[in-house]
Amino acid sequence: MLFLDKVSKKYADNTSALDGISLLIKPKEFISVVGPSGAGKTTLLKMILAEENPTSGTVTFENINIHKLKRADMNEYRRRIGTVFQDFRLLPDKTAYENVAFAMEAAGRTEEEIHADVPHVLELVDLGNKMHNFPHQLSGGEKQRVAIARAIVNQPDVIIADEPTGNLDPKTTYEIIQILKKVNDLGTTVLLTTHNTGVVEHIGRRVISMKDGNIIMDSLEGKYVV
Amino acid sequence: MIWTKIKRTLRSGFVSFWRNGSVSLASVLVMIVTLLVISSIIFIGAMLTSTLKSIESKVDINVYVAQNSSDEDIAALQKSIKNLPEVSTVTFTSREDALTQFRQRHQDDQLTLQALDEIGTNPLGASFNIRAKDPSQYETIVKFLDTQKTSVDGTGTGIIERVNYSNNKQAIDALNRIMTSSRKLGTIVVTFFALVSILITFNTIRLAIYIFREEISVMRLVGASEMYIRGPFVTVGLMYGVVSGLITLILLYPMTYYVGPLTFNLGTGLNVFTYYVSNFGQMLLVVIGTGLVLGAVSSYLAVKKYLKA
Repeated sequence: MLFLDKVSKKYADNTSALDGISLLIKPKEFISVVGPSGAGKTTLLKMILAEENPTSGTVTFENINIHKLKRADMNEYRRRIGTVFQDFRLLPDKTAYENVAFAMEAAGRTEEEIHADVPHVLELVDLGNKMHNFPHQLSGGEKQRVAIARAIVNQPDVIIADEPTGNLDPKTTYEIIQILKKVNDLGTTVLLTTHNTGVVEHIGRRVISMKDGNIIMDSLEGKYVV
Repeated sequence: MIWTKIKRTLRSGFVSFWRNGSVSLASVLVMIVTLLVISSIIFIGAMLTSTLKSIESKVDINVYVAQNSSDEDIAALQKSIKNLPEVSTVTFTSREDALTQFRQRHQDDQLTLQALDEIGTNPLGASFNIRAKDPSQYETIVKFLDTQKTSVDGTGTGIIERVNYSNNKQAIDALNRIMTSSRKLGTIVVTFFALVSILITFNTIRLAIYIFREEISVMRLVGASEMYIRGPFVTVGLMYGVVSGLITLILLYPMTYYVGPLTFNLGTGLNVFTYYVSNFGQMLLVVIGTGLVLGAVSSYLAVKKYLKA
């Protein structure tokens, strides 16, 4: 589904964030990307989200080079990828409901669909009773659950989660991972980066270990080795 | 679908305007100052025009006709003056009218009246009073009158005895200079102040949107189209325009009311309050229109910066 072919990324100061990485992501996989800070995990996600262009190599999604997409097609592509970040990145002046609804509005859904789907998705992440709270009225775990609800509401093909549990305590981390597993069970590919050994072992699925911009290990039932 | 989009954009803009109250308040205040500056520029312009008009209306040329000229010659001269494109009005004062006016002017001056009676005949000549459309055109009119003079003199039946322009020439020239320079100076000052206040408003709105730069990047990641991200910001910009425009129009009412008599006594011949009330429709269009354009364009351009990704 997603294929990275010898992708390299060099920044202006000639530091190399990715060094010719090749990676194939199949549908319905749950992949954890692990490695120390500066290993290139976030750059890898940025390549997939087309937030940055690679210095060389290509990223293809269903055989289309995503870095060559036109503006309108790019928006279309991004709607097929849900994103979750360590710092949540919710819209602060919108309620939980409105944050989720915004993603649907952006995708051009009708009011009826929004009224039906948003409460359902918020219920799924167990936030049914805090739908009309603003982000500053929610705890870290609750914010992350809103972010996940926003990421999954358009039924994307892939969920990309960059350190989603980085700011959360162990119990909340466990809950968030459970939600992501549930999403994966429903058929969505999940790509997750993390520092957390416990998380990786708890998931028990494919693990990609990175160091200095290279993949040093790719194991189907991996453990945190770096 | 297009209606849904417009509805969502408007609703989102309205909500954002209220929820970010302090940012909105700051932007609206700055925009009110700008709109007040622009309004006072309009008032100053009107006062300048009115002053110049009242001075201009005092400038004219008098042409004195020789006493022995025939009615036909006078009629012919009046017609040819009237046909000049530069001439606005020509009024003819006959010998009899001139005498009546003279007696009226000197009704308390017995000595003069006695002297007049002693002459027995009417010593006054008929005259034309000419007003040009523009003060700078008097020169042309006088040149024309001079050609009439010489040609008529040549045949010995000269009917133009005297043109009192040369006496006024210096005053008229000075006035011309003052008017041209004050118009130029006015335009420069007005453009400068308008530009400065527009730039300040533009910057304020840019800063207001700078606060939302993170959100704009989140919206992009969620896959929102450019227009969908931009729409609510432009709506908020338009709301700044409407709200500050309305407040400005309300503020102008007491302000001009107090200043009005002062501006009139200044010798401009214009009461700003009367001007404001009688030109309210025009002021409304200019003030609200400027607010709308300023708000929308500033927002549009400010968001553009953060859309590049």
